[in-house]
Amino acid sequence: MNWTRKDLIAARDLSREEIEHILDQAAHFEEVGEREVKKVPALRGKTLVNLFIEPSTRTRTSFELAAHRLSADVINITATISSITKGETLKDTAKNLQALHADIIVIRHSSAGAARFLADRLAVSVINAGDGAHEHPTQALLDAYTIRKKKGRVAGLNVTILGDILYSRVARSNIHVLTKLGARVTLAGPSTLVPRVFEEMGCRVCYNVEEAIADADVINLLRIQHERQRQTMFPSIGEYASIFGLTKERFARTKPDAMIMHPGPINRGVEIDSDLADCERSVILQQVTHGLAVRMAALYLCGSVQPAAEAGKA
Amino acid sequence: MNNLTIRNGRVIDPANNVDAVRDVYARDGKIAAEPAPNATVVDATGLVVTPGLIDLHVHLREPGRTDKETIETGTMCAAQGGFTSVVAMPNTSPPADNAGTIALIKQRAAAVGHVNVFPTGAITKNIEGAELAPIGSLKRAGVVAITDDGHCCQNNELMRRAAEYAKMFELPLLDHCQDYNLVSDGVMHEGYWSHLLGLKGWPSAGEEVIVARNIVLAEMADWHVHCQHLSAAGSVRLVREAKRRGVKISAEACPHHFTLTDETCKDYDANFKMNPPLRTQRDIEAITEGLADGTIEIIASDHAPHCAFEKEVEFDKAPFGILGLETELALSLALVRKKLLTLPQLIACLTTGPARLLRLPKGTLSAGADADITLMDPGREWVYDVNQTASKSRNTPFHNWKLKGKAVMTVVAGRIAWKDK
Repeated sequence: MNWTRKDLIAARDLSREEIEHILDQAAHFEEVGEREVKKVPALRGKTLVNLFIEPSTRTRTSFELAAHRLSADVINITATISSITKGETLKDTAKNLQALHADIIVIRHSSAGAARFLADRLAVSVINAGDGAHEHPTQALLDAYTIRKKKGRVAGLNVTILGDILYSRVARSNIHVLTKLGARVTLAGPSTLVPRVFEEMGCRVCYNVEEAIADADVINLLRIQHERQRQTMFPSIGEYASIFGLTKERFARTKPDAMIMHPGPINRGVEIDSDLADCERSVILQQVTHGLAVRMAALYLCGSVQPAAEAGKA
Repeated sequence: MNNLTIRNGRVIDPANNVDAVRDVYARDGKIAAEPAPNATVVDATGLVVTPGLIDLHVHLREPGRTDKETIETGTMCAAQGGFTSVVAMPNTSPPADNAGTIALIKQRAAAVGHVNVFPTGAITKNIEGAELAPIGSLKRAGVVAITDDGHCCQNNELMRRAAEYAKMFELPLLDHCQDYNLVSDGVMHEGYWSHLLGLKGWPSAGEEVIVARNIVLAEMADWHVHCQHLSAAGSVRLVREAKRRGVKISAEACPHHFTLTDETCKDYDANFKMNPPLRTQRDIEAITEGLADGTIEIIASDHAPHCAFEKEVEFDKAPFGILGLETELALSLALVRKKLLTLPQLIACLTTGPARLLRLPKGTLSAGADADITLMDPGREWVYDVNQTASKSRNTPFHNWKLKGKAVMTVVAGRIAWKDK
């Protein structure tokens, strides 16, 4: 297919063909990562700005490394050193970056819609690295990539996402990617964090964790988003761990080939038993490796679209 | 010399139960039974002639935020929208919680206002919800109601005493119904779209709980508590039931709340962010039913100007509110075309409804009343171009909307305050 998007803002925007195209491209780049020389010249001469207005280590590092492997130049801007803390608006920050002839802006921001806000106003490529509780499309794409690689397919699989759905951008992006690829998605967790309204997005909602994971081919665990949490959602981390944590006992009653995923950072002993996080059916670290390939694919595809090709955004 | 003869229009005067083609006369600034001999003649053939429209809910931003709006520009918006009177909310800077600020507003309005400005005073000092403002002094300074609009007094005891105390001065309370615990930092209606967009929800219950509180307190104090800008179906039901029992409760609806749904927030455009938020089609239907059956007797704009640089930010960081005065009439007339309201019913919501609540000698074409008159062409098709607005701000979700129905002349005390080119 012919890739035409300069921006990657939301998994909800993507067609099944586009998702598969990114995953195929990522497979190619994963192979590059196993070579002795891990660099390709795909984005040589291009400048990528990592604009992280919310703390993040793994996603920023992943994008940075992905950009280096594509031979792009990288600048990191984080909230602590940016003008945002001095009262500059996001619009002005972005326009300044464009004035410096940045080619790709990767943005992480605490406000839902922030990536879209930039993409609507800039001619450069904008990649969403997580905007509030909205979306984190590259995370969902790397999750889908991991599932496809380990299970051979995504369509027809049962994927259970367990944890704080309400405040999770990873959950939202996963819902869109997985349902578009034909998986059956179950959401589980406390009723305050998994409102029934998610059924309208094509998911099953389940408040009994044993039932939610019984038929799962994939269990994707999410951590509790303390930073986006209202105070009254559940009584305590202890109660959460005992009722919804993935314990050895619970995991023993799942399908024998059920696979554990987690976007990180993991809270051992809360959403997942510490040993399970490291067990052979956990693919948590492989997700990290795949993230690099998927982000290379996203940067390469979007960064190679000429801004002029898109009308009305100059 | 404020003498006018308005000929041959369809006169709709709900206060007098009039809906007929006839002439309207203004003499020395008052409505007269006979024409003044030297009156300016206006041909209103094909137009609708009504008492000057009243907007119960307007933010003029003066004093303090004259970069957003001034009394001069806000009242010109009103005149262009067909309004001859506006009720100014007290959340200025400093807040209108003292007689001095009220005096300033009245002075500015007299000097530069294009239409009548009726100030309101705060319920609580500094609109903080902690101590009563000097309500008696505010009354003497000329306020027509008290309100903490933009905020909501969470202390039920304080709200009870405010109602009891204000009753002594015959000042109704206007309340922005928002429970702070339930709403928290919500920025849009809590429902499918907020969950899809990852924006924090402002649940209907956050309004309904305070509407219920106000009903209880209005009944207890036997005094008028008016619920501003109802957005939720449950609020309409609560008010309907209470009014049936004779409780002194009332409510207003804003055009955006019966025109747009929460789905319009999907592009994260803060011009669709208002407080209370846009809700669902079911809520729109409940609000229009409430208007039709008299549960809601007032339509108001909640005209809330904000600078472009304030609005053009991340959705959750933008201030709430939109312009409203210039689009209010056209959006309301759509309800008549959809046969949800009759034209006289609609005009009543913009004249007798607010006049009765505030005991204003306005909203009528009775002989001897102030000659505030609106001429409108309900069939006129036009496009709202916000770049042509009289406001200092541009925050509207209705830019480039094709609208039908428009004010063509606004008369204040017999003087033509504005007329369409």
